Amino acid sequence: MLKVTGLTVKYGSFSAIEDVDIEIGKGEIVVLLGSNGAGKSTTFRAISGLSKPSKGKINFEGSLIGGKSPDRIVQSGIVQCAEGRKLFPQMTVYENLIMGAYVHRRKKTQIKQAVEDVYELFPILQEKKHDTAGSLSGGQQQMLAIGRSLMSHPKLILLDEPSIGLAPLIVEQMFDVIQKINKDGTTILLAEQNANAALKIADRGYVFESGSIVVQGTSEELYANDAVRKAYIGA
Amino acid sequence: MQAFLNQKTITAAFILLAVAFPILTQNNYFIYIVTLSFIWMIGVYGLNLLAGYTGYLSLAHAGFFAVGAYSLGILTVKAGINYWAALVLACLITSFIGLLIGLIALRTKEHFFAIYTLCVGYILYLVIYNWESITGGVRGLIGIPAPSNIGPISFQNPLSQYYLVLFFLLFTILMMYRIVHSLSGRTFIAIRNSEELAQTIGISTMKNKLVVLVLSTFFAGLAGALYASFIRFIGPDIGYITITFDLLMYLLVGGIGTLAGPIVGTLLLVWVSQYLQFLQDYRMLIFGPLLTLIIIFYPRGIVGAIYSWKMKLGKKAKRTSDRGKSSGHDKGTGSMAEKKVEEG
Ligand SMILES: Nc1ncnc2c1ncn2[C@@H]1O[C@H](COP(=O)(O)OP(=O)(O)OP(=O)(O)O)[C@@H](O)[C@H]1O
Ligand SMILES: [Mg+2]
Repeated sequence: MLKVTGLTVKYGSFSAIEDVDIEIGKGEIVVLLGSNGAGKSTTFRAISGLSKPSKGKINFEGSLIGGKSPDRIVQSGIVQCAEGRKLFPQMTVYENLIMGAYVHRRKKTQIKQAVEDVYELFPILQEKKHDTAGSLSGGQQQMLAIGRSLMSHPKLILLDEPSIGLAPLIVEQMFDVIQKINKDGTTILLAEQNANAALKIADRGYVFESGSIVVQGTSEELYANDAVRKAYIGA
Repeated sequence: MQAFLNQKTITAAFILLAVAFPILTQNNYFIYIVTLSFIWMIGVYGLNLLAGYTGYLSLAHAGFFAVGAYSLGILTVKAGINYWAALVLACLITSFIGLLIGLIALRTKEHFFAIYTLCVGYILYLVIYNWESITGGVRGLIGIPAPSNIGPISFQNPLSQYYLVLFFLLFTILMMYRIVHSLSGRTFIAIRNSEELAQTIGISTMKNKLVVLVLSTFFAGLAGALYASFIRFIGPDIGYITITFDLLMYLLVGGIGTLAGPIVGTLLLVWVSQYLQFLQDYRMLIFGPLLTLIIIFYPRGIVGAIYSWKMKLGKKAKRTSDRGKSSGHDKGTGSMAEKKVEEG
């Protein structure tokens, strides 16, 4: 579905990621592991069009999307849920969701249905639909951010550290929901530092270290890999 | 619900007062000042859409105002075109120049955009000042006609001009209301909020910013064109940077990014300026510090301050009423919050 080859992204003259190859099949959950500054978000920025790749190809369902504008990429079916729960804080929960369906803005009935689907996934959002996004708790904001991404009916969703800063119980719920979203037919690329939780739901994974992929394999393989265990699972 | 009714009553009261004003005062000088304020308001609304709702502070708006004024002047005086056709053309010409400038200017952001448009505004001024054969240079254009008659209605006297300008002001406000409360409005606010986030959810930011600039300069042009036909004489100084700062000051004092801000700020400051006229340019000694204080303590101006004050009152009232019944809590805060978004 998505095939990234030889991707290099630079901030000025500094290469944040170099020669990265990633492949994601339809219906998979793939996780990018790596500590702070390893290059996970930069990879996401390149795929979603926010940063221009200086080298390499990004192939999505047979067409090259590297360097296209972010709105075109959302239209083609990839949406990013950026790290740090970026919302429109003065808008209500409902309005935030509607904004997420921007690329489908003329399909009124489809949007209505999508809102219902998100409420079903996150009932708390329905309860709080008239509250401003800024008044939500951290976990609720993360749910809203994910819900808003789903509003564009993505084929592939990029989730950047959805568990960061959440209580362990909420993290568990969050990963359950991510699994559910995947079962409902959305392919998922996840960036995580919480390798333990992420590998439980992921099919495969890549490990980033200072801008390059150092290990890759199925979740079982990564879980069994000593270096990975030491660095990211702590056991 | 109550807040909504409130807003409706205030709007109705404003329209009624505006319509009745000339009859109430009977004073031609007052009518003249208020007509002029209405013209400025239209320009301030244009600036508000761009600077207030989209977060792009343009310092070229006096230039666009002047383009509108000169377009009307040149089209009617030199080309002899029908007034109403010239009025429409003046707005379109201003928008078109706005579009061309936007294609470059909108590639910059924040203070770079402000500085860039400051230069653009100055260039527009210089062009008007120096292009003597067309604009009349320093001497300006004289003998700009008043709006031509529509059937039996003539616009030769101050009273009919007052109502004509009021009509355009109400049209502007209605348009602003419709824009701000539509998905486009929320798109602009999303861009103000975070351009990157707006892009992430699929908004083409460049296209939307161009649309805003075209709309914004359209209203600046309309204000300029009305000014030209109301004052009947224009000189290059209407495109000078001080006019931009006047517009900006009206907006900041009234409330940037609010719908009522341009009315409140313009009326108040034009009125105060009239009383401080004996101070001449020294009145800036009063406005300067006042403006600084307002920006520090009330970043959304008088209207913003009133809203946050009302929200506080609302919360207090709710807390006392909640003692009786604990349900309906969410709804109360919800509608308050909605209200805030609506105004913001
Ligand atoms: N806007 C930027 N300008 C310059 N350098 C940047 C920028 N954003 C990221 N970097 C650098 O690029 C490298 C990769 O950062 P990136 O954000 O992709 O890491 P990450 O894996 O997402 O980390 P984290 O887990 O902390 O989110 C880091 O060395 C970082 O300092
Ligand atoms: Mg990151």
